[in-house]
Amino acid sequence: MPESSGTGRQATLKVYRGTKDKGEFQSYKVPVEAGMVVLDAIHYIQQNFDPELAVRWNCKAAKCGSCSAEVNGMPSLMCKSRMDQFKDDEDICVQPLKTFPIIKDLVTDVSWNYEVNKKITPFSPAPDADWTIYQEDIERVQEFRKCIECFLCQNVCHVLRDHERKDNFMGPRFMVRVAGLEMHPLDEANRLKYLKDEGHIGYCNITKCCTEVCPEDIHITDNAIIPLKERVVDEFYDPLGKFIRNLLGGGKKTKASVQPVSITPSK
Amino acid sequence: MTQSQLTDLPENKLPTSNDVPAYEGTTERKDNWWVEPALIAFVFTAFGIYSMFRAFENNLYEVGPYLSPFYSPNLKQYVPWFPLSPAFLILWIPLSFRATCYYYRKAYYRSYFLHPPACTVGMFKGKGYTGEQSFPFVLQNLHRYAFYFAVPVLLILWVDAFNTVYYGGAFHMSVLTVVMFANCILLSGYTFGCHACRHLVGGKEDCFSCPKNEQKLKPAFQAWQLVTKFNERHQQWAWTSLISVALTDLYIRYTCVDPSLAFQIF
Repeated sequence: MPESSGTGRQATLKVYRGTKDKGEFQSYKVPVEAGMVVLDAIHYIQQNFDPELAVRWNCKAAKCGSCSAEVNGMPSLMCKSRMDQFKDDEDICVQPLKTFPIIKDLVTDVSWNYEVNKKITPFSPAPDADWTIYQEDIERVQEFRKCIECFLCQNVCHVLRDHERKDNFMGPRFMVRVAGLEMHPLDEANRLKYLKDEGHIGYCNITKCCTEVCPEDIHITDNAIIPLKERVVDEFYDPLGKFIRNLLGGGKKTKASVQPVSITPSK
Repeated sequence: MTQSQLTDLPENKLPTSNDVPAYEGTTERKDNWWVEPALIAFVFTAFGIYSMFRAFENNLYEVGPYLSPFYSPNLKQYVPWFPLSPAFLILWIPLSFRATCYYYRKAYYRSYFLHPPACTVGMFKGKGYTGEQSFPFVLQNLHRYAFYFAVPVLLILWVDAFNTVYYGGAFHMSVLTVVMFANCILLSGYTFGCHACRHLVGGKEDCFSCPKNEQKLKPAFQAWQLVTKFNERHQQWAWTSLISVALTDLYIRYTCVDPSLAFQIF
């Protein structure tokens, strides 16, 4: 490390070492540099104390979503957790995500999320869709496209984390994905029954922890989950509204069985 | 309940959360995470006790043109046979609106039900959790109906405020009138920033500007944008309006005791 950027401070990191069933916390003293983040400290430990410390990381710019962990009990990207937020005498506890099984040290197996993702009906435009899209119609969806799949929201969600409802509950990340599809101006599929009966959106009690931890500042609860809950209400819990819509000949999406068409550009 | 097909994974292949040795106890957080839920529980409880006291008191709610928001509209004259305080004929409306409100749900699920009290603080574990999918919390889905009832009550509060400006054939102004208008403004910001309102005015649409919709949905888009602006501060509107409605009532209560406290300006 270049000496010129040193702060003269030293931090103590308590890092979990081990697997899901066997392991312990080990303490490391790391010199603190200006602008340093927790991921830098983990790299320092790898380089100077223990090259076998397992950590998943890629971009170090909060864009790949790989270095998710829990720092002092709060889910965060290690590359976004600045060291200068901690007091000098504070032990900094670094743990793997709680909700997904530990493979080794700070690396967890998040593959369950990809299994959930497979079941979501993909983008399904009509074959004769007019591809002119106005900014005001796509803006809402663009927010959801910022997701970097760090799975911090899945990790913090108490339904998955504490209540272990991985059998039934899709979690906030996939409600964000479904919101992006359902609100897309050209999408024709109807995922409301899926949301209610398979994704079990009703399990979410909107305590907003997913929004609190999102490193991309996506307003997950207000802009994705609650609007989806309201759409589910339209379909399943609002007999008066449904009656009026039917009377007026409304009903926004009726093509529930639409088959997705390929959107790959032809060569 | 329909059997879930969330994934193709067999039951015994579903991942489980990490426990000992990586995680022990309730949380690893070192900050004062308990302060916010404790404060919210304190204020909710204080408000609940005060509003129940006022409802049961059945007195000191109307003086001259001033009528307490807890008793507005005053239905006593229409249902003289009603044995309890007329406040009970009204209070269920704002109560159900706030109880099913998306912000308040977050607040009381954290503060009273401790599900969870704060992020990553896992006090309750276990697989039986169904949240708002089953009774009684499935009734939260009726929030929009509570909204339908809350809007006319709010409009009546506005009428009450205007009634303190013009009465006896002349215009009047007092500090209490200003307080009543401020209360109406805060309640309107809360009511019309509600998530159900945001959905109903336009959020339910996928496409505001598609050629087939342009004429029909331009106003819906503008309404949705406006409600979104209020909705972004829904928490602040919720708190300020809750406190303002209690303070307005308290002010009117003391004005009933001593009418000079209205501080008539003209």
